This record gives sequence, C-alpha cells and structure tokens, in this order.
Amino acid sequence: MSKAVTIGNKKATVAPFSSWMVVFVLVPMALVVYYAFTSSEGGFTLDNLKWIYTYRSTMFLSLRLAFTATAICLLLAYPIAYSMSRASEKIQRNATLIIMLPMWMNFLVRTYSWMTILENNGLINSALRSVFSLFGGEFDGFQLINNRGAIVLGMVYNFLPYMILPIYTSLTKIDNSLLEAARDLGSDGFNVFRRVILPLSVPGIISGITMVFIPSISTFIISRILGGGKDFLIGDLIEDYFLGNSGVVNYNIGAALSMVLMVLILVATFFMNHFDKDAKTSGGGRI
Amino acid sequence: MKKRLLSLLCAVLLLLSLVGCSDGGNTAEGKQSINVYNWGEYIDQSVLDDFEDKTGIHVNYTTYASNEEMYSKIVSGAASYDVIIPSEYMISKMINEDLLAELNFDNIPNYKYIGDEYRGLSYDPDEKYSVPYTWGTVVIVYNTKYVDEEDVKDESIELLWNEKYAGNILMFDNPRDAFALAHIKLGHSMNTTNPEDWYEAAEELKKQKPLVQAYVMDQIFDKMLNEEAYIAAYYAGDAMTMMDENEHLAAYVPKEGANMFFDSMCVLKNSQNKEGAEKFINFMCETDIAVRNAEAVWYAIPHTAAYEALDPEQREDPLVYPPRETLDKCEVFINLNEETLILQSELWINLKTQY
Repeated sequence: MSKAVTIGNKKATVAPFSSWMVVFVLVPMALVVYYAFTSSEGGFTLDNLKWIYTYRSTMFLSLRLAFTATAICLLLAYPIAYSMSRASEKIQRNATLIIMLPMWMNFLVRTYSWMTILENNGLINSALRSVFSLFGGEFDGFQLINNRGAIVLGMVYNFLPYMILPIYTSLTKIDNSLLEAARDLGSDGFNVFRRVILPLSVPGIISGITMVFIPSISTFIISRILGGGKDFLIGDLIEDYFLGNSGVVNYNIGAALSMVLMVLILVATFFMNHFDKDAKTSGGGRI
Repeated sequence: MKKRLLSLLCAVLLLLSLVGCSDGGNTAEGKQSINVYNWGEYIDQSVLDDFEDKTGIHVNYTTYASNEEMYSKIVSGAASYDVIIPSEYMISKMINEDLLAELNFDNIPNYKYIGDEYRGLSYDPDEKYSVPYTWGTVVIVYNTKYVDEEDVKDESIELLWNEKYAGNILMFDNPRDAFALAHIKLGHSMNTTNPEDWYEAAEELKKQKPLVQAYVMDQIFDKMLNEEAYIAAYYAGDAMTMMDENEHLAAYVPKEGANMFFDSMCVLKNSQNKEGAEKFINFMCETDIAVRNAEAVWYAIPHTAAYEALDPEQREDPLVYPPRETLDKCEVFINLNEETLILQSELWINLKTQY
C-alpha cells in the first residue's frame, strides 16, 4: 500500500489521469472560452464581454452571498471539526457518518425540505404559534423564507460538510508529539492552539473554503427554491442563457458569464494555493 | 481482495451504463421503449403502465416546467425524445424549424375522435404534425379564507396587483405567461410586437414584484394547498386539481381576458421509434384512457367520445369548459418574432436583476 509502484515509465502511468483531465476538464473549459469570444454567427467578437458589465450587480450579489455563506461555514465547521478530532475513535467514526448521512439524499430534496421548514405555515412558525397560543397570545410568524437569509442558509446547510471534513482531516493528521513539545516548552492551551494547531490546519481550512465558496457562487437552484425566484444570482443568469427560459437561448453570453466565474475561481485558488505553500505543512487536508 | 472486487464492480457498472445508452428505442433485453417528455403534473401516471402492458413498449417519462425549457433541451441535443406535448405557439415554432415529424395517421386511427373545432388550428393548419391533448385557459386562483369577497366579486385581473395582499401573491416563473398577464391588465394583445407595449408591461411587472411572494411553476401546488400564499394565476386544470384538494380555494377567468392554450402531442423528427411514439399517441386517444386521464388532470379535452363519457361534474364545470362568451375574451399565443423574443428576455432578466 505505502510503497509507490512504478510500472514502465512515468508517462504511461499518468496517461489515464491526463486523458481524463483533457476530456472532462480542459475540453469543456476550452469550449466555454470559445463560445465566450464568438458571436452567434461564429465570428470572433468581444461583444459578449460587455454583458459582464451589464450584470455586475448580479455578480456582486452572488459574491456577497457566497462570501457570507463561506464565512458562516468556517465559523461553524472549525469548532465541530476540532472537537471531532479530539474525540475517541468511535465517536469520530460516528460523527463522520452523521455528517455524511444527509449527503446520501438528493440535494434538491434536502433543499425542498427547508422550504417546508421555513414557510409561514412551516414547522418553525407553526411550532412557535402553538407555543404562543398556549399562553393565549397571537403570533404572526417570522418571515424566514423568500429572502436572502434563506438563500445563505440553504448554502450553509448544503455545503457545510465540505468545510468540516477537510478541516477535520488536517486536524487529525497533526502529530501529537508537536502538541506535547509545545506544552513542554511552556505554552498554555490557548497558545498551543494559536501557534501550533491553527497554522497546521490551514491546508484544511483552505480546501474547505474553496469547496464551499465555489458551489456557493455558482448555485442557481437554492435561490429559486428558498429565495422565491425573485432575484437572479449569477448561476441563475447563466442557466437562463443556456436553457432559454426567458425565450432566448444564447450560449455566447452564457459562456462569457461562466468565464468570469471561472476566472474568479482560478484567481481565488491561486491565492489559496500560495497561502497553502506558506503554511509548509506535511499534513495536507485535501480530500 | 476487497479492492479488486470493488474495481470489478466499477468496471461492470461502467459497461452497463455504456450498454444502456447505445441502443435507441430498445432496452438491453430487446424490449422496445419510447421517451415521453411532458409538462409536470400533466398525466395520470397509471396509464403509462397500461400502455406498457398492452403494447410491451416501455415508457421513459420525464417532465418539464415550461415550453422554453423543453425547447432548449431538444435543440441542444442533450437528450432524445419521441413524444412531446408542447403548447400551440411552441408547435408552430418547432414546425418552422423543422423539428417535428409528420405523423402517419394510419397508426393513429383514434384521431377520428378529435372534435372538428380542435382540428387544423392556426398552429398546424394542415393537421400534419400534432394530435390535440388538452386545452384550457389561465385562471386566477384565490383562497376564500383570506381574500375578501369584495376584492374578487368583479373577477378582475387587478387582484394580482392588489397591495392588500402584498407578500401573498404567486406569479408565473416564465416570461411568456407573466407578461401575458401584464398585457391583459393594460389592454394590450398578448401577442403584441410593439416594443412600447412590452416596456409598459415590464413596468407593471416591476410594480408587482414587491407584492409577489415567489415566482413559481409546479411549486404552486405546495404553496397554495398549504395556504402559504393566497392568490395565484395558473393553468385551469391545475387550479381545479388544487381546488379539489383544498376546499377553500376558488378560481375565475379574469373578466379582462386570459390566455387560452392548446397542448398537442407531437413526434420529434429525430425520434428513434416513431411507430412506438404513434402507438402511444393513439393509446392516449383511446376513449377510456382519455376519460381516465382527463379526470385525473382536470383539463378540457378535445376528444368527443371521452367528453360525453366524462363525469358530469367535470363536464359542466364552467372553469374547465368555459362558456362561449368567456372564451371570446381569451386569446391564443402565437409565436413571437425574434426581436420581440429578445426584448422579452431582456425585460424579464431585468426584472429579476433589479435588487
């Protein structure tokens, strides 16, 4: 298991991987770039790019919501992952299972169920209402759905496991002797965390951030189900241009908008990787 | 050992998926199949099993939420379908673009049941491409528990813009139907190609947006039945289904007029199993099947024999089969020209990106 086996030359062994990457990653990306720079007649044009400017407010809104969701995920996930990594092996196994369990259900079904939880006559509001009526009070219900908060909630709920698991992995990989050494050298609990554990878990944090931010910024169904379909996010806009729900199918504009998203994500990953290298760990929390 | 088993399993699964999609019209056991693509909540699902029992042809059934969604899926070539059930304006667009197959009516003897007034309509004047499935109008559904009688007694479309019900109104999440309502409110034709009319209609929708709880399609069932929202505009048959399940719901065809639609069964030109598709269309026009289906979906049917055999409660319902004078106020969609479609798309996206 642990020994790397080399069969033939190096090129031959990476062939399956590289052909997979070419067919399923590079070719689709090249197609997006091709469509982004061509007109519907097929000639070269830069016209599609002006739509990026037209829809800048949509872009900013999506960025804002995705940032918020990622930040909340990080705040929630770190303590969870930390206490998981300190727990007994049995608890660790069970906790991982519990975190993975919802992911066995379809994403759409999970999001729809939030609709019935958050609605004015949904679980939360009806429960509150019956509590109020016990004391003879009246309660109008909170507006929990069809707003931005509900969209962020949908993102956090759906993508939280992608933040917990990489952080958890990087925390479990920390060599216990390092913590003991820190203690021996006079660090108190807080300093051990701040100067040893936290830096060593940076790779996990980084991959968690990327794995939550990317699906959050490109989601389109959460905003429709939990946001009431009132405000388009960038993902809705791209979907609309590719599927033509508004009456016009335009791959070129759709591709130009997707390209911005790709560039954004690439830049983010680049910075993240940079960070990663600075952290100089052997832990590596990537899944 | 475990690992080897696992990789073997993966390989087998991969192979299976390859086999599964390589043979058009036939499944692995040599059984015939057809792909039917229909609106959501628009069929009595049990008739699909009956069809398979009777003909041995398996039906792969999938649904869409709007004509536009169906169209783009087909044009993109991402999936191949045999039978589709679009509305009239989409049928004429698809005929123009040479996407539909001419039907062989020898395989569809039950076409004889289709009433004369539903044949040769403007979208398929020579009766070559389509067999009418159902028809109906758009109605306004409301909940009598929450909406004052005062506000509905004039049966106006203005109810959808009534500020008293802010936050409790549902609107179509597709531009063609949504703009049609705004055009009706303004007294335009819903097929107008005058850009001014479209800008005015867009203003109306913008005014309405703060009052709207959500833009929905099939989610409307959930939200109206659970009394999450009080007012919505939707297709008559679906409205009837909802009224059947929640006694507080009522509906009317707005006095200013409404969209009247004809949905017809068509076969795609690139169908892999045209004969099977025609068998399916013929089967849906069997009188007993048409009755059963109509009683499940509550839309009006063009099938004369089935109409006679319908439960009188349904046959005499003025929302399902509106009287002549109501229908005279209604308008049928025609395919918009390219410029108008582009404008519609721009205005709709603009509505959804004004934060």
